[in-house]
Amino acid sequence: MTDRKQGGRFVRKVADKVRRGPEPQDEDLWERVQLARHAERPYTLDYINRLCSDFEELHGDRYYADDAAMVAGFGRYHDHPVAFIGQQKGRDTNERTYRNFGMAGPEGYRKAMRVMEVANRLGMPVVTLIDTPGAFPGASAEERGQGGAISRSIQMMWRLDVPTVAVVIGEGSSGGALGLGVADRVLMLENSTYSVISPEGASAILWRDASKAKLAAQAFKPTAANCYRWGVVDAVVPEPEGGAHTDHEQAAEILDQYLSRALAELGAMSPADRRRARRERFRKLGPLRDPEGGMGMATGRETPPPG
Amino acid sequence: MSRVGHNIHVSVDRLRQLAHRDGRPRRIKADAGTCPKCDSHYSADEMRRNLRVCPACGHHFAVTARERMEQLGEPGGYVELWPELRASDPLQFTDLKPYTERIVDAEKSTGMGEAIVCAQLEVRHQPAVAAVMDFTFMGGSMGAVVGEKLARACDYAASEGLPLIVVTASGGARMQEGTLALMQMAKTVIALDALADARVPVVVVLAHPTTGGVWASFASLGDVTYAEPGALIAFSGPRVIEETTREVLPDDFGRAEAQLRNGQVDAVVDRRELAERIGRVLHILSRPPGDDASTAAPALQWAQGGAQKVGEAVQALPSLPRKMMDRIRPGSTDGEDAGDTPA
Repeated sequence: MTDRKQGGRFVRKVADKVRRGPEPQDEDLWERVQLARHAERPYTLDYINRLCSDFEELHGDRYYADDAAMVAGFGRYHDHPVAFIGQQKGRDTNERTYRNFGMAGPEGYRKAMRVMEVANRLGMPVVTLIDTPGAFPGASAEERGQGGAISRSIQMMWRLDVPTVAVVIGEGSSGGALGLGVADRVLMLENSTYSVISPEGASAILWRDASKAKLAAQAFKPTAANCYRWGVVDAVVPEPEGGAHTDHEQAAEILDQYLSRALAELGAMSPADRRRARRERFRKLGPLRDPEGGMGMATGRETPPPG
Repeated sequence: MSRVGHNIHVSVDRLRQLAHRDGRPRRIKADAGTCPKCDSHYSADEMRRNLRVCPACGHHFAVTARERMEQLGEPGGYVELWPELRASDPLQFTDLKPYTERIVDAEKSTGMGEAIVCAQLEVRHQPAVAAVMDFTFMGGSMGAVVGEKLARACDYAASEGLPLIVVTASGGARMQEGTLALMQMAKTVIALDALADARVPVVVVLAHPTTGGVWASFASLGDVTYAEPGALIAFSGPRVIEETTREVLPDDFGRAEAQLRNGQVDAVVDRRELAERIGRVLHILSRPPGDDASTAAPALQWAQGGAQKVGEAVQALPSLPRKMMDRIRPGSTDGEDAGDTPA
């Protein structure tokens, strides 16, 4: 580990770059999508193993099976117990198949809920790492209640008394991402995306043509800077020069600083205050138009993200 | 032989087939025409009287939100809530045409402001708040307005102590509002908890179709969940699954009857019995007069009442010896001490 001071300078430098950077243009947006799914990008376990001095992974939802697309367990983070949960992708063909491309089924969300329940009972913070093209679309998943598993995971995250932080580390698409996304603080890595559906899915549905993914990405503008503007995320976490895939160590160090700060801030609040703020945070998302009086509930921020 | 003479030999069924052979999609309006399932004919008025269910085969046609309110409510009608809310275009979104144009078109063709109508009404004399989605308005998709109206309906129902009835018919989150549409899933799930705090029930009715982000949020969190016959209920639709996994799906994949077998819904209810069924369950769940949310739950009250009666019965036993009385009287430690001491 490099010392903290150097890391701090680096964070400021990258943050400045993000702040001053121009609005991503159309070509740039597609590059962002590609970068968010870069095969060498650090995945959930890459971060967990660097953030925690020790990590005990748990398996199985205690109802049906273990879902390898979802990783959940307890870690020692800055000498505190913290629950870590996140979708896990694979790097080579075998591992990709084993991890089901990071697409969790109902068992994955039920495993996540099981770990959240323990964390809540034992009073440890919950950190989720989001990296999925979406929840698994399959007949078996539907039969076992994919929709209900996601909605209950959302409900469980909202009901937790302990501090919660969600981090979009790569691809955050559809309800499969939001199932882990209802937290006190939502962070997003500079080159990650967070969207209602994957560009491929959108192009098949809206353009009725699977080859229009690029157009879809340009229409959704799912970048970290935009999500910050809309109020969907609370901070943009900078990545090493060139992207997180160039230096896993440094990417984890920068995330560590943002994560530890967020947890420290949240730890100072009472559970009731946290839940009230969590409710308000999600309640105000979504701009409306009142035909009689211009914009009704405008949300979002005008300025791009600070460091 | 003349052409006319030749055509006389063609059966009515054959003519009906030929009529749809011109390559255009077969469009059947619910107002007048033919049932797509059994090909029986009906008049517009007959259809309305039969709650848009085919009298011959029971096929359930789509119902607009306002017509659904009339079907559920008493003849006195309903009071619509927050009809003024309209969508904005946070992404300046354009797919095949701009989102703003799509909204204007949908408003013109449906006469509605958004894909959900909220109202206060009485279902078979049971007062309730209802939130009804309308598939004809942009596929019933959930954007910021649908999320906000549903959240307000939850808050309103909780503050009035009224049960909430949600009728869903939606393809999922509204893609044209991007990530902010996704966030409506969180908003609605959180809002539902206001009803839990107020201790009033939520009845969800899943109409065709209920898919995507709507099924994966409030639609799957009802205390009692009914589905209309034949309704598609799924997180991923059959087309997406077949394209992604190359699975061959059964014909009834995700249909209400299959989801009943899967344990995802409580009952499949014919629309012609729906109001009666909702009214009945709301009556079962309603509190006796004088009991409101601020007092203890019925089961607790019942237990407290029982405990009080036991206490009174114990008090009413003065004829027993003092030593025994001390043992059975609650809160008395003397009796225990006396009992522990060897005689």
